[in-house]
Amino acid sequence: MNNAVAEKRMSSLEKRKFYRNRRTKTILVAVFIFAALLGVYLSGILLSDDLITADFSQKALKPSLEHPFGTDMLGRDMLVRTLKGLSVSIVVGTVASGVSAVIALIVGAAAATGVSWLDHFINWVIDLVMGIPHTVLLILISFACGKGLKGVLIGVAVTHWTGLARIIRSEVLQIRSQQYIEVSKKLGHSSWWITVHHILPHMVPQFMIGLILMFPHAIMHESSLTFLGFGLSPEQPAIGIILSESMKYLSAGMWWLAFFPGLMLVILVLLFDRLGENLKKLMDPYSAQE
Amino acid sequence: MKRQPVLSVEDLSVSFRMYDTGLEQADLQVISNLTLDVCPGEIVAIAGSSGSGKSLLAHAVMGLLPGNASVTGKILYKGMLLSQKEKEKLRGKEIALVPQSVSYLDPLMTVGAQVTGRTPDEKTLKAQKEIFQRFHLKEGTEKLYPFQLSGGMARRILVSTAVLSNAQIILADEPTPGLDLEMAVEALKIFRELADEGKSVLLITHDIDLAFHIADRVAVFYAGTTVEIADAEDFQKGPKALRHPYSKALWEALPQNGFKPIPGFQPYAKDLPKGCLFSPRCPYKTEECEKEIPMTKVRGGYVRCIHAD
Amino acid sequence: MKNKYYLKFTGKYLLRVVTLLIAVSVVSFILVSLSPVDPVQQYVGAVPNVSVEQRAKIAEYWGLNDPPVQRFLAWAGSVLHGDFGVSLLYRRPVLDIIAEKFTASLALMMTAWLFSGILGFGTGCAMGMFHGKWPDKILKKLCLVMCSIPTFWIGIVFLMVFSVGLGWFPMGMSVPQGVPAEKVTILQRIHHLILPALTLSFLSFANVALHTREKLVDVLESDYVLFAEARGETKWSVLKRHGFRNILLPAVTMQFGSFSELFGGSVLAENVFSYPGLGAAASAAGMNSDVPLLLGITLFSALFVFAGNMLANIIYGIVDPQIREGYRNE
Repeated sequence: MNNAVAEKRMSSLEKRKFYRNRRTKTILVAVFIFAALLGVYLSGILLSDDLITADFSQKALKPSLEHPFGTDMLGRDMLVRTLKGLSVSIVVGTVASGVSAVIALIVGAAAATGVSWLDHFINWVIDLVMGIPHTVLLILISFACGKGLKGVLIGVAVTHWTGLARIIRSEVLQIRSQQYIEVSKKLGHSSWWITVHHILPHMVPQFMIGLILMFPHAIMHESSLTFLGFGLSPEQPAIGIILSESMKYLSAGMWWLAFFPGLMLVILVLLFDRLGENLKKLMDPYSAQE
Repeated sequence: MKRQPVLSVEDLSVSFRMYDTGLEQADLQVISNLTLDVCPGEIVAIAGSSGSGKSLLAHAVMGLLPGNASVTGKILYKGMLLSQKEKEKLRGKEIALVPQSVSYLDPLMTVGAQVTGRTPDEKTLKAQKEIFQRFHLKEGTEKLYPFQLSGGMARRILVSTAVLSNAQIILADEPTPGLDLEMAVEALKIFRELADEGKSVLLITHDIDLAFHIADRVAVFYAGTTVEIADAEDFQKGPKALRHPYSKALWEALPQNGFKPIPGFQPYAKDLPKGCLFSPRCPYKTEECEKEIPMTKVRGGYVRCIHAD
Repeated sequence: MKNKYYLKFTGKYLLRVVTLLIAVSVVSFILVSLSPVDPVQQYVGAVPNVSVEQRAKIAEYWGLNDPPVQRFLAWAGSVLHGDFGVSLLYRRPVLDIIAEKFTASLALMMTAWLFSGILGFGTGCAMGMFHGKWPDKILKKLCLVMCSIPTFWIGIVFLMVFSVGLGWFPMGMSVPQGVPAEKVTILQRIHHLILPALTLSFLSFANVALHTREKLVDVLESDYVLFAEARGETKWSVLKRHGFRNILLPAVTMQFGSFSELFGGSVLAENVFSYPGLGAAASAAGMNSDVPLLLGITLFSALFVFAGNMLANIIYGIVDPQIREGYRNE
């Protein structure tokens, strides 16, 4: 039995090492994804607009080594257009998710202050936002803003906070029930002081994870809205525009116009999703059980 | 007068692979080198504090452990070695489980349907009515859902599943907590009756006092293994008749015997001590105790202690 | 006792729905009023030589010069009388258009809804039964990827593969072009419906499957399944007797609660396939600044979502014994 125990000790030590490796691996993957996303963003910004000027001699080319994603009816390189579009998507996603997450934080914390009517009211507002189908609400907001970039940004920003707000509300409620909050109250600190000093710092991980996991939705909705014609204008490079243009040439068999840009969008969404999940694993190890 | 045991467990060990804090993994040995047998017409009580792995013993016997558990050792039914497949065949027919609480009943199914099983015939339905009557369950109880039952009713319904199955071995997992003394005695009486009919009962409990009075033999469980198996009489007689320091300490910890607490804590399954599992808390500990301690026969009982005489 | 409870519950719920619907109409009215688009210009549109006086007359007729609150009350008043106004785009009463388009959309949405519900549930059950083994792992990865695919892109891919590439399905619309409405056969309609319905069910299929899987895994790890196995029930019998019983209710509830995503998805799917439904009409109304139609569709879609939620609640009340029988004992 002694041997068996010793053996078990050994193997558990080795496992510990292995799982520390797993932790390192999780961090490395997160860093790699972040670098990839940054790369896409920078390449979209830095690539010169001259690369996508119309060149009719290069019109409607199939994917080749020179043009990996092919060219469109104006002879523009689809890879460059896609990268520029993704870059715009990342910007819109960042701004809209950032605003949305801040709204979620404020609303969630406000709902959990213990004021009953405020909690009820916020729940009612969340029901209201969720009561109108998302796409319809986005169309309405975009219409109110006279379409364009502003409409997309506002639309995506004010419609994505509901889920995270609910999570933050329940987290704050949980922290509020802890003893040290009671102690702090007894010491005469105001509710606002307690919120800023004791509660908000605990919300940072949830906030970050929520923010990053909001990205995929924000990006998908931005491109959907643009695809429908409400988002970015046709002059701007955007995946939604590229895909809605490609519809005209589908029956002509120009599959590459739609296939690659859409695939890149899916990959971008998946990368953001992975990044969020990896951060979640690092900050909240119990979610890694499965 | 040596009878053939219905159920014997030989050198059983169970361990789990678990995720610990962070992304670390650990092996938890919850049962180590356990040996035990039960004869027909006998109640063997397995007594020990909570967290000593008692329930898992019942699950191991029935082959109900989850996928991340690994099991070594032998489990024999009427002298026949049981594989997982055979355990599955015997479940509910030869071996029945009486679980702890109402949470073991499907919340969306009437209790009648759960007691009688998938396709009840006339005979089963009649038997179920009789058993319910015997346990003072009103007519119509079978049409109730679990959330409509009181604690005592739920307990009696759980027992009735085992009675209806007509199994030879009944594994009763903590059948008394939550019941007042009268009800607890009542519940244990049912097991006595079943044993007197020739069935074998393995009574898993931390209500040591009740166990001493109802069982034929008592196995004292500590940190996932049996430290002493002896006639229940010995436990009623007191520390002098007992063999293992833990059994003695357990006896002295009972309210009527002085309420003397045992110093220290039961070890966590992740960091079990070498050799005797009780040694860190034992006043008689010597260097020899760190070696493997076998089960030895002392004064008609079995004990896992080198100092016992 | 029971009736009184139900009455109170239903009353509270209805009050909530009514306040929410009023809020929806107020919010959407404010939003369209904020729009910089000039409705008169939009109405007059391509018609040349409309004098300033004539424009002023139209504005006067529509009450555009009235204060916003008065305009809202006038609009809300006629809505309560069943008059949603006239669509600028189609030049017909909004309610007629909603009725006509919704019939087409309903066929599409219900097909997709049943499809994703049934197949998603089946796939989820399969994943749950194989929990942790390779079929589960592969299917789970697949579902997670499916969740990241935008509806409109998968619609385009379906078009490229099945319509352009293989030629199995038409390029779009709900009926063949150039065939009079009364001569369109049911088979032709179904033929046109399949691809849009597949597109629309794509995302919710993955959601339903993942949700069902999670619920089934919870159930299979529960105490009562352990006890059922201890009584000698096999894996399949456990799934049939306890699994379905305990996961069907949350699955059905979730499916009724998904009307919002269903309607939102239909806007995209109908646009990709030029399917003449309510979703396509919604985006067309927004693109062409058809305010009465946009408001009408918004209100209608909110009603549709609330109807789904209400159905989910009702089904819960009827099926769940804890609600159904819980108050009998009191």
